[in-house]
Amino acid sequence: MDLTLKIWRQASAGEKGKFVDYQVQNISTDASFLEMLDVLNERLVREGEDPVAFDHDCREGICGACSLYINGRPHGPDKGITTCQMHMRRFKDGETIVIEPWRAKPFPVIKDLMVDRTAFDEIIQAGGYVSINTGGVPDANAIPIPKRDADTAMDAAACIGCGACVAACKNASAMLFVSAKVSQFAVLPQGKIEARERVQNMVAKMDELGFGNCTNTYACEAECPKEISVSHIARMNREYLSAKLVSQKE
Amino acid sequence: MVKLDAKIPQGPLAEKWTNYKAHQNLVNPSNKRRLDIIVVGTGLAGASAAASFGEMGFNVKVFGIHDSPRRAHSIAAQGGINAAKNYPNDGDSVYRLFYDTIKGGDYRAREANVYRLAEVSNNIIDQCVAQGVPFAREYGGLLDNRSFGGAQVSRTFYARGQTGQQLLLGAYSALSKEIKKGSVKMFTRREMLELVVIEGRARGIIVRDLISGKIERHSAHAVVLATGGYGNVFFLSTNAMASNGSAVWKVFKKGAFFGNPSFTQIHPTCIPVHGDYQSKLTLMSESLRNDGRIWVPKHKEDAEKIRKGELKPTQIPEDRRDYYLERRYPAFGNLVPRDVASRAAKERCDAGFGVGSTGLAVYLDFEDAIKRLGKHVIEARYGNLFQMYEKIVDENPYETPMMIYPAVHYTMGGIWVDYELQTTIPGLFAAGEANFSDHGANRLGASALMQGLSDGYFVLPYTIQNYLADQIRVPRFETNLPEFEQAEKEARERIDKLLAVNGAETVDTFHRKLGLIMWDLVGMGRKKEELEKAITMIQELRKEFWSNVKVPGKNEMVNPELEKAIRVADYLELGELMARDALEREESCGGHFREEYQTEEGEALRDDKNFTFVSAWEYTGEDKEPKLNKEPLVFEFIEVKQRNYK
Repeated sequence: MDLTLKIWRQASAGEKGKFVDYQVQNISTDASFLEMLDVLNERLVREGEDPVAFDHDCREGICGACSLYINGRPHGPDKGITTCQMHMRRFKDGETIVIEPWRAKPFPVIKDLMVDRTAFDEIIQAGGYVSINTGGVPDANAIPIPKRDADTAMDAAACIGCGACVAACKNASAMLFVSAKVSQFAVLPQGKIEARERVQNMVAKMDELGFGNCTNTYACEAECPKEISVSHIARMNREYLSAKLVSQKE
Repeated sequence: MVKLDAKIPQGPLAEKWTNYKAHQNLVNPSNKRRLDIIVVGTGLAGASAAASFGEMGFNVKVFGIHDSPRRAHSIAAQGGINAAKNYPNDGDSVYRLFYDTIKGGDYRAREANVYRLAEVSNNIIDQCVAQGVPFAREYGGLLDNRSFGGAQVSRTFYARGQTGQQLLLGAYSALSKEIKKGSVKMFTRREMLELVVIEGRARGIIVRDLISGKIERHSAHAVVLATGGYGNVFFLSTNAMASNGSAVWKVFKKGAFFGNPSFTQIHPTCIPVHGDYQSKLTLMSESLRNDGRIWVPKHKEDAEKIRKGELKPTQIPEDRRDYYLERRYPAFGNLVPRDVASRAAKERCDAGFGVGSTGLAVYLDFEDAIKRLGKHVIEARYGNLFQMYEKIVDENPYETPMMIYPAVHYTMGGIWVDYELQTTIPGLFAAGEANFSDHGANRLGASALMQGLSDGYFVLPYTIQNYLADQIRVPRFETNLPEFEQAEKEARERIDKLLAVNGAETVDTFHRKLGLIMWDLVGMGRKKEELEKAITMIQELRKEFWSNVKVPGKNEMVNPELEKAIRVADYLELGELMARDALEREESCGGHFREEYQTEEGEALRDDKNFTFVSAWEYTGEDKEPKLNKEPLVFEFIEVKQRNYK
């Protein structure tokens, strides 16, 4: 298939970016979206032009590195997948495809389609862990955990930290990302011990880094490649409220 | 030949690690603060080691090539992690996990290392559960297990099809905790270019900042390499795009020996190759072999019709199917080890029974399992894998069998280390897939996660202290020492040289060519003449690369083409060493199959008399042949036998 690509080009964070049109020919419908970009880049290199920079690594939907708006939607038009899992059979011959980096203030553009998502690491560092050291822990079966809770924790823990939720949100809110981690630990006995401090510290860090508020549009859930439910946001709000109330009493 | 000392502790097998820990040197808390450790890599081994060192009180600097430590390729491991918990009460024990691992590795691993691995496997599960890793559970609230290839017990713990992700996020959370505390400093988007050796000891690294191109110097009292495997030498593999062998290759050229470089794992269940634009291959977890049955048509005419698209697999009746693994290996059936399953698939396809448009595929069929257990059970067990398959192949595996074919997945070979995971360069340690240590000639499924975390959480925190104990009076190193100057100069010159070639061909073109040579001549079946041919071809390709590669842009910018060029330049040397090692080892063992050495039934034929050793290759200089050193493998506690899965 032949396609027209409108790609966001930006030399560095400090410089102005713009859309540049590229034509690609004879793309196999079995190729992945990123393989299509590889084909373009290979040609640009041969022609002595600067290839398009984009983040990617595992190319099987789990590392969370890839991060593109395709025709205005994070990770493209399909539900429940990342950009690297998008295949060209999903597009029509002759189609024009618009490709942009994540657009959110806390994720500044590094170059072209690459953005800086360090903010997510900082939020995790604010409390996304159980404060135990290596060794000296009880036997793994010492504390039985209801299967339902373990499954809920796993649903939340499936987050790959790609940032599509932030990119999808008109407020650039990171609530789905933060709540997935808060929720995972809130339902597990191992995480309960620090639950109160965790939710407060992570939310404070999220606000400090400039992520916006949640106004319940659920765009995050709709675009999340791991289909993480907004019910985790509800759980986080409950956790946050009760943590605040209890800390005020104390 | 150098006499290699593996430093295996005295005493009976089951007491070695206990004895080691009882007698090793320790560093007291106030001295730990004065000692710096560099960890390169943030996968399971790197993140767990760095977090543990930080908790102990050392100053730790961690380097990773990604934008976040959470993206290291351990994240993509699907199936599970082994441990000898024996929760299912099916006869498992530390000894049995040890034995299965040694046997699975075709008796080419060290007894003492493997026993220690089995011994600490249980601690790993405890640790991960305490971190909040959401392993799969039974209705009673206890942990669930499943079975994997090469074992007759169910000892694999899992978190849906995302076990690697959950374990890595556990290690990442521990690392994040230490970063917050200030004991660990994280350097993201940095690629190691050189190791700095001062008076024979590893004292630092040179890295490139992948955003600015700035070359940086970092010093430490010890360096840990946890940079993963080098399977991407084949171009197409299940490894991530950025996974690379450059760090291990750099330390090899600085004097660290390379153990068993030719031992490569070709994983039996991957989505087959389909086009020349393809950038990587996708693994379908081995756990699928718990319920899926592997088959090809029994008759060539059916296979031909399938290849032409005239017949569908669902139209082939039961009596015209050949479930060749169940036929050849009734005791283990579809759960034979990976090397055996891969070779059997190749054998059927080479004989003309392969399916798919290329004829290089076999079926993995869930029809029976769906009939037996119901679709919902299969969906709960493998839903995400089925979805992944459907996205790539555009076929629904609930309705038609999956097509699979072997692909490069893991390298058992790696930097040679002793029992302490120390390389032949004092102060340089290697952990996880980057070292050669525990899997012999073939790794069992769900054992990579076990080894990465064992090295990082439970081995290095002890053994590195034994080294650092006599370093407490060594002050911090300044990075303006001549050794740093020199190492940086070497790194810069190499980059300048790559940029200066300004030829006509892209880096990927060379990488693809190298990959084809490796796959065709140093792949699943190896022959003397073909290996010799591979060495010549790689040498020629290397020359062509250095005279005709085109690397655009400059160093001082985001330059993914330059990153690739640096890596491919190293692969063009590493590939040759792999071929040399395969040529030298005139026997078949595990994943290393020399066509000349096989039983009448086509099984790998070892030569224990002449090859019960680890090949430890030594660098001797640019364009000089590397030297082979041998570490004899001594089996004191188990009887070495012909592997039998029948």
